[in-house]
Amino acid sequence: MNYFPDEVVEHVFDFITSHKDRNSVSLVCKSWYKIERYSRQRVFIGNCYSITPQRLIARFPGLKSLTLKGKPHFADFNLVPHDWGGFVDPWIKALAKSRIGLEELRLKRMVVSDDSLELLSKSFPNFKSLVLVSCEGFTTDGVAAIAANCRFLRELDLQENEVEDHRGHWLSCFPESCTSLVSLNFACLKGEINLASLERLVARSPNLKSLRLNRVVPLDTLQKLLMRAPQLADLGIGSYVDDPSSEVFSKLKAVIQLCNSIRSLSGFLEVAPCCMSAIYPICENLTFLNLSYAPGLQGNDLTKLVQHCRKLQRLWILDCIGDKGLGVVASTCKELQELRVFPSDPFDAGNAAVTEEGLVLISAGCPKLNSLLYFCHQMTNAALITVAKNCTNFIRFRLCILDPVKADPVTNQPLDEGFGAIVRSNKSLKRLSLSGLLTDQVFLYIGMYAKKLEMLSIAFAGDSNKGMLYVLNGCKKLRKLEIRDCPFGDVALLEDMGKYETMRSLWMSSCEVTLGACKTLAKKMPSLNVEIINESEHLEFSLDDRLLVDKMYLYRTLVGHRKDKPEYVLLL
Amino acid sequence: LIATFPNIYISTTVQYIDLSINQSAINLQSIMVFEKDLNLDATELRLGLPGSSEESLRISNKRALPDMNDDSGVAVAKKCDQETAPPTKAQVVGWPPIRSYRKNSLQTKKTEAETGGMYVKVSMDGAPYLRKIDLKVYKGYPELFKALEDMFKFKVGKYSEREGYNGSEFVPTYEDKDGDWMLVGDVPWEMFINACKRLRIVRGSEARGLGCVV
Repeated sequence: MNYFPDEVVEHVFDFITSHKDRNSVSLVCKSWYKIERYSRQRVFIGNCYSITPQRLIARFPGLKSLTLKGKPHFADFNLVPHDWGGFVDPWIKALAKSRIGLEELRLKRMVVSDDSLELLSKSFPNFKSLVLVSCEGFTTDGVAAIAANCRFLRELDLQENEVEDHRGHWLSCFPESCTSLVSLNFACLKGEINLASLERLVARSPNLKSLRLNRVVPLDTLQKLLMRAPQLADLGIGSYVDDPSSEVFSKLKAVIQLCNSIRSLSGFLEVAPCCMSAIYPICENLTFLNLSYAPGLQGNDLTKLVQHCRKLQRLWILDCIGDKGLGVVASTCKELQELRVFPSDPFDAGNAAVTEEGLVLISAGCPKLNSLLYFCHQMTNAALITVAKNCTNFIRFRLCILDPVKADPVTNQPLDEGFGAIVRSNKSLKRLSLSGLLTDQVFLYIGMYAKKLEMLSIAFAGDSNKGMLYVLNGCKKLRKLEIRDCPFGDVALLEDMGKYETMRSLWMSSCEVTLGACKTLAKKMPSLNVEIINESEHLEFSLDDRLLVDKMYLYRTLVGHRKDKPEYVLLL
Repeated sequence: LIATFPNIYISTTVQYIDLSINQSAINLQSIMVFEKDLNLDATELRLGLPGSSEESLRISNKRALPDMNDDSGVAVAKKCDQETAPPTKAQVVGWPPIRSYRKNSLQTKKTEAETGGMYVKVSMDGAPYLRKIDLKVYKGYPELFKALEDMFKFKVGKYSEREGYNGSEFVPTYEDKDGDWMLVGDVPWEMFINACKRLRIVRGSEARGLGCVV
């Protein structure tokens, strides 16, 4: 029942911005559904195959900002073959045909072509923001089209994409009339760019707040850019190599002193450690520091730098910082909320850069820690139990022990108790990644305690179907489950088929699920797409239901089978 | 054996075998065991680097299959089947879970560090032609000077901060990024190799301005 005219309700809805809340609002009654859908401007689609662009356009005519995700998460680790899907082209084509005034497009793990980018750039006169994360399929020609045609472009943010570089001219495609840039990130591009064009672009962008350069931008250009844009809040340095006694370097030192708005620093793709001292003045105010792409910095360089960063909230770093370095972080960065420690040498077991000790130090020193990604060579139950005592605010906890089935080196036990302690004491945990030697017991704990868990990643763990069942039964909020190389099979898969309708997706690879079970599931649950990815050339599906499936990806959808599947995918 | 074949991928994977084993599921592992007996691997032509074998590695990652009738949760051997050697860490597909973009970036840095030298030209007054050396090869000034001395048959002399190079007619100098000619040895080694664009070994008479006491 509505006591207010629609316009009033709509005005109230303007204050409701979170996707979850707006989704809930739309379910209250028909009237609210209608009002909500006309007033909705931002839509998030976590799986591009769960809905079609046509239905999206039909429901939300006022759409301005669209976020789409394509491939499953394990595609990041080469587990999903090339051409599996996640093409943005049909979306852009459909939107271009419609009357949608798209202003913002954010894509993750999607395949983007130059043609799509060109169509995008020419179809939406008010287009303002393009963010591409872990995408592929395009070249700098597509980027050039965006630069050339989007007259009011504010944001061009390319994060960790595989882009074929046709060298240089895309930057020069920004017309002289383009003065609206707020954010420009081209760190992932590998090729040369016209440095003079870059300087001019920055000079005519008074609103520029975020600038992330690629590795070919040298230090003297950096100095000139900072002269033009001392208002920057987010800086990604490309090449940072020079002779500290040079004139250019002195100029850089001077201009850095003027850049007192910088709160976020990243890059250092090429770096001479002796130049780092110039950065110290901005360290005092940094809240985000990302040195995970700076292998040129050694442990003590990192430690020296971090000592100046008292206000740091998020730190991404390589494991060459070592346990000692993490100790320095723990005693300096009392505001730290998020820590990511990446391996500098993923395949070298010899050089144990960080261990459980570093993590324990961090947990003791940083009371606000709520998000962790930690690659290490070993972990003990005792350490995890200590971490669980020290930190009860974890929202994300991802631990990756480089040897996938490594036990506690002190006790030779599995790490069940350690992870059990983590889930028991961190009641707000939403995302968890496990590693190390693990039995069904850890899943018992997860099912019992991780009541808010939304995403779980499991590899080389568990003993039997019970493990998976504990999770499916206990984690009521589970949305994404991805499993590889675990002894979970048909019994677990088929126990509660309705569960998958409450989840976005399930990935199981190198487990013990048979083709027959997948067929059963697909038949009983028409609202799910059950995809079998089979890469071995001559394996024919029709043959034997008893055959173990190599990779299965299932997801809920409103629109049935997708039409763009490659040959090696079987849709049941 | 794999390396001697041309790059044609022909899979001879057998897809369906009735093995008549008392198991309720035929699995790829059984198929692989059978294939090993046929030595299909040896005759399989494939596209890829010698020594890499994605398919069989993925399968050999599997745990030993538990007895089909035993679902009591008894811990099963976690390590790979004894018949196939456990893969070295570098070959487990998709492990460690690092984005390919990140892996590729670090790989580039490694190969750059390994193969990308810091070559600079070296000239010596009176010598008919120039030479080139890779500064990265040397750990510090002593090694550099030894190499130069061997290359050009001269002696560097003793360095002191106040007086430059004592006891030699020749003085090592370098051009820095600002285009200035500097005396080699004043700044720390790391700083020097980053700044040095070229080297010139100067005769005593010209070197006076750089602090050479002859």
